[in-house]
Amino acid sequence: MRLALREALRSLLSAPLLGALSVTTIAFSLFAFGLFGLVAVNIRETLRTVEERVELRAFIVDGTPIEATSALLGDAQAFPEVLSATLVTPAEALERARRELQEFADVFESAMLPASIDVHLREGFRDPASVRVVAERLATYSFVDDVRYGEEWVEKLYRLRTIAGVAGTTLGTTFAVVAMIIIGATIRMTVLARAREIEIMRLVGATDSFIRGPFLIEGFVKGVLGGVVALLLTFVAHQVLTRWLLSAAFFDARLSLLGIAGGALLGLIGSAAAVGRHLRER
Amino acid sequence: MIRFAHVHKEFPRTGAALTDVNFQVGKGEFVFLTGPSGAGKSTILKMVYAAELPTQGQVWVAGQSTASLRRSGVATLRRKLGVVFQDFQLLEDRTAEANIGFALEVTSAPPDTIGPKVARLLAQVGLPSKGTALPGELSGGEQQRVAIARALANDPMVLIADEPTGNLDDRATRGVFQLLRDINAAGTAVIMATHDLDLVRRAECRTIEINRGQVVFDSAAGATGGA
Repeated sequence: MRLALREALRSLLSAPLLGALSVTTIAFSLFAFGLFGLVAVNIRETLRTVEERVELRAFIVDGTPIEATSALLGDAQAFPEVLSATLVTPAEALERARRELQEFADVFESAMLPASIDVHLREGFRDPASVRVVAERLATYSFVDDVRYGEEWVEKLYRLRTIAGVAGTTLGTTFAVVAMIIIGATIRMTVLARAREIEIMRLVGATDSFIRGPFLIEGFVKGVLGGVVALLLTFVAHQVLTRWLLSAAFFDARLSLLGIAGGALLGLIGSAAAVGRHLRER
Repeated sequence: MIRFAHVHKEFPRTGAALTDVNFQVGKGEFVFLTGPSGAGKSTILKMVYAAELPTQGQVWVAGQSTASLRRSGVATLRRKLGVVFQDFQLLEDRTAEANIGFALEVTSAPPDTIGPKVARLLAQVGLPSKGTALPGELSGGEQQRVAIARALANDPMVLIADEPTGNLDDRATRGVFQLLRDINAAGTAVIMATHDLDLVRRAECRTIEINRGQVVFDSAAGATGGA
């Protein structure tokens, strides 16, 4: 291990330009991936915010005893899909209508708005099927006049979410594959630059795993450095975007670390593939 | 110790390189492989250290058929052999002692044994004071001596030398050849490919002559066709 570390360090120091080129290539490949990731994260965040607005409203028949309404409220709060359920009295409904529809404020009368139970769903239960199940369950109560949730809107939102997910996965995979190819080609240059050394190692009886060691360490180090540089570039791009165009979310600490780990993994896989190919060829 | 049994070798592009090659090399022998360029000498040597495998026939080294070796087995086999080339194959950015030590390190020799052994090898090849020199600071003969020291690092049973004097002047050639004779006298078998017929005549060692991929003369067998 010590020898592998020494050889990796020697390689990095003896060809600093080639090393810098590898790190830069990895960094820019990951930067492109990072920019895509940033867009994906913001789309996901926006969709999540919109999804939070998915709401069911169960209208209560006028004159229903408060005990029955409270029982329904308790039941709804206990549904596994439900994040929160609140009772909206006719007076509160009127107040809300006046607030939300100010231009019609003077035509609302308290008697014309029924009480309702407003239900927000947990994340993961905001798809059309789950919403429909909860709506149907609420509708089974005899004193529930109607349950509304904007069925068409929920379906459109869900479709948009699915499209964004598929597009994200496809584009993300494409970016990752392109990054891996570029990184593999760059690391192959490093391997070819040390072909003579590899040949001598093999001649004196070094095993393939022994020969791979320094290259894997080198690939890992370059991957980590490339990942850090890519993260910094993405952060700068995010800052520019936020300052001049629109406010956008950045990766949280977990995603940032995941990005650097991804760089390390790409460096490792790229190195393993490049040196493995070289060893198989000769 | 080394046996070629009905060995044929064909390359996809250039066709037949060896045809029905048969010979044996015993422990402690000194054998010249001679013949014109392209005769197949280097291919035979590459088959000994399993860089090439026969298309037909078998090459046996230290009791093992090279065709049956896995990759790890090839590495193990090469630790029993030493190889030197016409162009020395030294790492230009490392000193003479680092080049020799490298061969010990990659075979996982105990670190505390490497320094003394490198010093002993440098003394053995006549370069006790050149350990810290880079290959570019050494003459051709000295570089070949460093390459021989590296080949001896793992105490091989056979030293394979592919035109080791091809790039050297007469004086350096004599020096390197004498070194190979000394190594052989100490018990290591040597197989040396060479064009230098004067050297071969003077040495009076066993000679195997290759022409167009065939053994045309083997002084041990005394007849065409080999042992």
